[in-house]
Amino acid sequence: MAKAGSSWWQSGSPWIWLTAGAVTLSMLAVFGLVVLIAVRGLAHFWPADVFAFRYAEAEGRVDTVIASVRGTETVTAARLREAGLEIAADLESVDRHLVKTGNRDRLGHDFRFLLEPRIVEREQPADVVVVERTEWGDQLGFLREVKESGATVATGDEAWPALLARIERVADLRSHIRELERGRVAAINYALEQLRLEQRRYDLDGELTDARRADIERRRTALEADYAGVQAALEALYSDIGRDSYVVEIQDGSTVELPLATVVRAHRPNLMGPIDKLAFWFARLWEFVSDEPREANTEGGVFPAIFGTVVMVLLMSVFVTPFGVIAAVYLREYAKQGLLTRTIRIAVNNLAGVPSIVYGVFGLGFFVYFLGGSLDALFYPEAAPSPVFGTPGLLWSSLTLALLTLPVVIVATEEGLARIPRSILEGSYALGATRAETLWRTVLPMASPAMMTGLILAVARAAGEVAPLMLVGVVKLAPSLPIDGNPPFLHLDRKFMHLGFHIYDVGFQSPNVEAARPLVYATALLLVLTILVLNLAAVHIRKRLREKYRALEG
Amino acid sequence: MTSAAHPFVVADARRRLRSAKDAAARVVVTAGGVAVIGAITLIFVYLLSVVLPLFSPASMRAGQAFPLPGPAGETLHLAVEERAAVAARYTASAVIFFDTADGTVIERRELPGGATATAAGISDLAGGGVVLGLDDGRILPVTAEYRVRYGDGGRRIEPDLAYPLGEDPVVVDPRGRAVSAVAGRFDRNGARFVSVLEDGGVVLTHVELRTSFLTGETEIAGTGSRELAVRIGSDELPVHVLLDPTQQWICLAAESGEAAVLRRRGNDYVVNERLRLADPGERLTSLAFLTGGISLLVGTDRGRILQWFPVRNAANEYRLQHVRTFSGSDSPVTAIAAEHRRKGFAAAHADGTVGLHHTTSGRSLAQRRDGAEPLTALAFGPRADRLLGAGDGRLLQWEVDNPHPEVSWTALWGRVWYESYPEPAHVWQSSSASNEFEPKFSLLPLSFGTLKAAFYAMLVAMPLAILGAIFTAYFMRPAMQRLVKPAVEVMEALPTVILGFLAGLWLAPLLEANLAALLLLVVFIPLGILLTGWSWERLPAGVRGAVPAGVEPALLVLPVLALGWLAFALGRPVEAAFFGGHLPQWLSGVLGIEFSQRNSLVVGIAMGFAVIPVIFSIAEDAVFGVPKHLSDGSLALGATPWQTLVRVVLPTASPGIFSAVMIGFGRAVGETMIVLMATGNTPVMSWNIFEGMRTLSANIAVEMPESEVGSTHYRVLFLTAMVLFLFTFLFNTAAEIVRQRLRRRYSAM
Repeated sequence: MAKAGSSWWQSGSPWIWLTAGAVTLSMLAVFGLVVLIAVRGLAHFWPADVFAFRYAEAEGRVDTVIASVRGTETVTAARLREAGLEIAADLESVDRHLVKTGNRDRLGHDFRFLLEPRIVEREQPADVVVVERTEWGDQLGFLREVKESGATVATGDEAWPALLARIERVADLRSHIRELERGRVAAINYALEQLRLEQRRYDLDGELTDARRADIERRRTALEADYAGVQAALEALYSDIGRDSYVVEIQDGSTVELPLATVVRAHRPNLMGPIDKLAFWFARLWEFVSDEPREANTEGGVFPAIFGTVVMVLLMSVFVTPFGVIAAVYLREYAKQGLLTRTIRIAVNNLAGVPSIVYGVFGLGFFVYFLGGSLDALFYPEAAPSPVFGTPGLLWSSLTLALLTLPVVIVATEEGLARIPRSILEGSYALGATRAETLWRTVLPMASPAMMTGLILAVARAAGEVAPLMLVGVVKLAPSLPIDGNPPFLHLDRKFMHLGFHIYDVGFQSPNVEAARPLVYATALLLVLTILVLNLAAVHIRKRLREKYRALEG
Repeated sequence: MTSAAHPFVVADARRRLRSAKDAAARVVVTAGGVAVIGAITLIFVYLLSVVLPLFSPASMRAGQAFPLPGPAGETLHLAVEERAAVAARYTASAVIFFDTADGTVIERRELPGGATATAAGISDLAGGGVVLGLDDGRILPVTAEYRVRYGDGGRRIEPDLAYPLGEDPVVVDPRGRAVSAVAGRFDRNGARFVSVLEDGGVVLTHVELRTSFLTGETEIAGTGSRELAVRIGSDELPVHVLLDPTQQWICLAAESGEAAVLRRRGNDYVVNERLRLADPGERLTSLAFLTGGISLLVGTDRGRILQWFPVRNAANEYRLQHVRTFSGSDSPVTAIAAEHRRKGFAAAHADGTVGLHHTTSGRSLAQRRDGAEPLTALAFGPRADRLLGAGDGRLLQWEVDNPHPEVSWTALWGRVWYESYPEPAHVWQSSSASNEFEPKFSLLPLSFGTLKAAFYAMLVAMPLAILGAIFTAYFMRPAMQRLVKPAVEVMEALPTVILGFLAGLWLAPLLEANLAALLLLVVFIPLGILLTGWSWERLPAGVRGAVPAGVEPALLVLPVLALGWLAFALGRPVEAAFFGGHLPQWLSGVLGIEFSQRNSLVVGIAMGFAVIPVIFSIAEDAVFGVPKHLSDGSLALGATPWQTLVRVVLPTASPGIFSAVMIGFGRAVGETMIVLMATGNTPVMSWNIFEGMRTLSANIAVEMPESEVGSTHYRVLFLTAMVLFLFTFLFNTAAEIVRQRLRRRYSAM
């Protein structure tokens, strides 16, 4: 036996198993990570069952806690005793539940821990409602009344349908209000600001004649009149939306009356069947990708972040593709091959390994402060002292990331160019085509999948990059999207939101990390999926390309 | 028919057009290519251009000199207004405000009641507060105030002299002895003054102020003076006195260098220590505070300036400590002026030399000698761009250009003894709310943190990536390769912000709660893998034959998962049984090892994950690229696959594996988001795996947005970015060259 063992050892077989184990571990880590993000991210939108716990608090008091269970972990009893909790002496370890109680406005917390041994009893009350609000997070309790202008209109069983109907009405009104505020009000404010700048510009140039002054004044008055009209409409809507209210009894038995205007959605999880839950799940998923964030980014959707990421990446592609391709063509087709091109190639390759934060520092110093500052001084003196381009923004972010992803595009395109068989070029020359014609008609079309691969990889890299963007343009909450209805429509100077930065910001800078966590997982899932799809597409294109060339050579 | 239709003419025109297009394409492509390559070099050039001013020397340029404005005689004190357009000269009988451009007197204020000043002390450096000691045992606090008016002639500065305690001097000595040195400080409720009288008596004066509720005006509620019985050395006369801004410390010094430091106890001051501020035989010629009022600057007759500040010793007592010595000239120091907002100062010597120094960096920055007369008063403009000196007959001034005195090789990399620190240390602390803060720019803690994070990441990544690459390249079935390689690419593409977020919010709490399980895992997994392999090879051949060779990783999935589960299931009981229920608590309580939740272990795992694919793909490439005939030959000679791998394949591929490790290391050094999110970002220096760190890159991400453009802090951050750039660039280039040589060797085989 011992001999068999030692000869097995000498055969090297254990080492092979260990190397195999390294592969297993790495693969498990990758798949485990993706699965972890997916499960945590998607589970967030599923309506969780709500329990009413009878719970023995420390002072011998038994309270009702209405909450949904968010997680359970086993904790050693010693650790809890260390924290000053009384645990029965015979217990080695205790199950601890993290539950979401909601009602932050009344209880002061959204989440709390419940220790399994202290739970006296638990039940699932059928009619418990979960109300999602625009502020103070969720509300858990029992619906008692619905009121209109202070007068009760529905109680008992009728209250629920009345509530749903009125939530719909409120949602309608809210979307009206938002349309007005985001559309007309924003447009008027923008126009007023442009007027102020126009006047200042004339003033600086010494061309502010009385006629111009009068003209600007006239336009301003018109805008202000317009604004007054919109304001009146808004006020009417606001008073309309504030008409209804509802009464909920929360866990401590007290009743809370709140205006319906703050309600986003209400559901009764314990009465929902699987189909209802699935529908609800999709509704919330849709809200997540299409809506704006609420409550310091911890609730609602991530639409502005998706939008900002996409716009930035598109702009970056516009910058990086032509320059990357030209540089690759130059290196491969025009430059004299020798030590210099070899050095450049190594340098370009290595730039891909330069830390991204260094590009951020360069972007901040060179693009934002130097280029942006000069642009402001030359073209926007009227905006001073507030900067236009002399502050981090969309243009500088996309330029910085274009620089960062340039090596990716160059390397991929060069690889494509290198794979084109010499015979094809020679054929083209033999037919009398010039170099430019050969390039344009033969080389570039054949290398286009390679360029595509490069671009896709560049986009994938840019979409996930956060560190440089923190310096050159992303913000946690942008007041307006970089593209809107006000000319010039694409606002290159605006700051924008970004999925990756959103993850960092909500996960680490948020006041209520516990509440925000599921949303961060969901955002992470979105980002991972985007990048997975992009990368797999690039892998696929590259594979097909290689097969095509193999066929050509054969 | 037009001529254009002639076939030869058409062909000719077309040919010309074509060659013109060809030439144009060449120009455009070449210009574009060169521009892109230029843009890449621009990064380096720009970083360098921002960093270089840090190391440019300071300069002093002699400005306009003119005869002393106002009456001849000794200048007791000199002060400069914010824009350095107006300065004030305090003489025995009057305060003279003059234009620094030509010396014309703008305003002359006689001391009230014909008083004669014999001494002056700074009571508020930034606010222009001075306390004058008079020849009749009284003191008079005054404040120079400047109002800026914009009129037809542009900006005009109107100086004024205010009396915070009224125009009547405060009596400190009823017997009327002249005041030979005085110090004072104001606070919210009043003021304290320490006066040294002509016969060496020391008087402490406390003025209490009361703010009237009705009028909002302050008035004096009471004044009390008391003679302090202090003995200096062997009964020497004190000639210098300083009172610190917090009114906790009084320093009295005699000409011999003997000094006494008094510390406040309630309303009283008791002697805290007696000491010599200079070498035996060396005489003390001047004494001043550095800005902030912590450090003393002692000027001696040998031309040395010594910096002293209080340091807490082992017995928890504060003792003055000699920290640094500066010297400009061999002749005695006649005056010292502190900068208002930085820890720099200027010193004048009896031979007319004036030198600029900075305490933190320990640098003597510039020196000039514009005349032989000794300057008895010296003053910096608040922006430290102007230096004024008054001699017997002339007033000299210098334009000072000294943007970055804080930086020196020692300040960046060496141990520096900072104010209020018990000993010299490597500290990074770049900013604070206070103006009088001493910035600490030691790059060592950050570099250390960077290397520490990279080290732990490599510890995790290297074995997994290299072993995995070897198996994938050498043993794995092609079908499985087609699954594993894209998975590795996906792994490489995962945004680091996601890894960082998982590390900080999921892994860190998980590890804290299951530390024992993780340690078990490290032991279980390799053993389990070996055990699985051993048992697999002892299965009947029929069973083994059903599974093709080269898919071992798939066989190991279930055992590894089972072992993971087992480790986590055993973790808690093990913690409860051996470590008092909570391993982190046990570590810090019993072993004294600090444990913080976001620590190097978390960073190591997360960043290791990020680095694995980098190393994996390059190493796999290197192993896979080893020419087949080498391994075939070895196998044909009867070597086992493992022997072939270890003796033939790995030696050939080792340069490639080495370059893979280097590139992976470069990646780990520059990674930002993971360390930013998974550590506490405290710049500590300790190898403890359970503590965090702050890396160069995370530091840039944290501090860059708040740093003022063009400031020393901004440029130092650029310097760190350049260090990162150069470091990774050199590492990657070296690795790339190794790889290229390897490729040539393979093709030659």
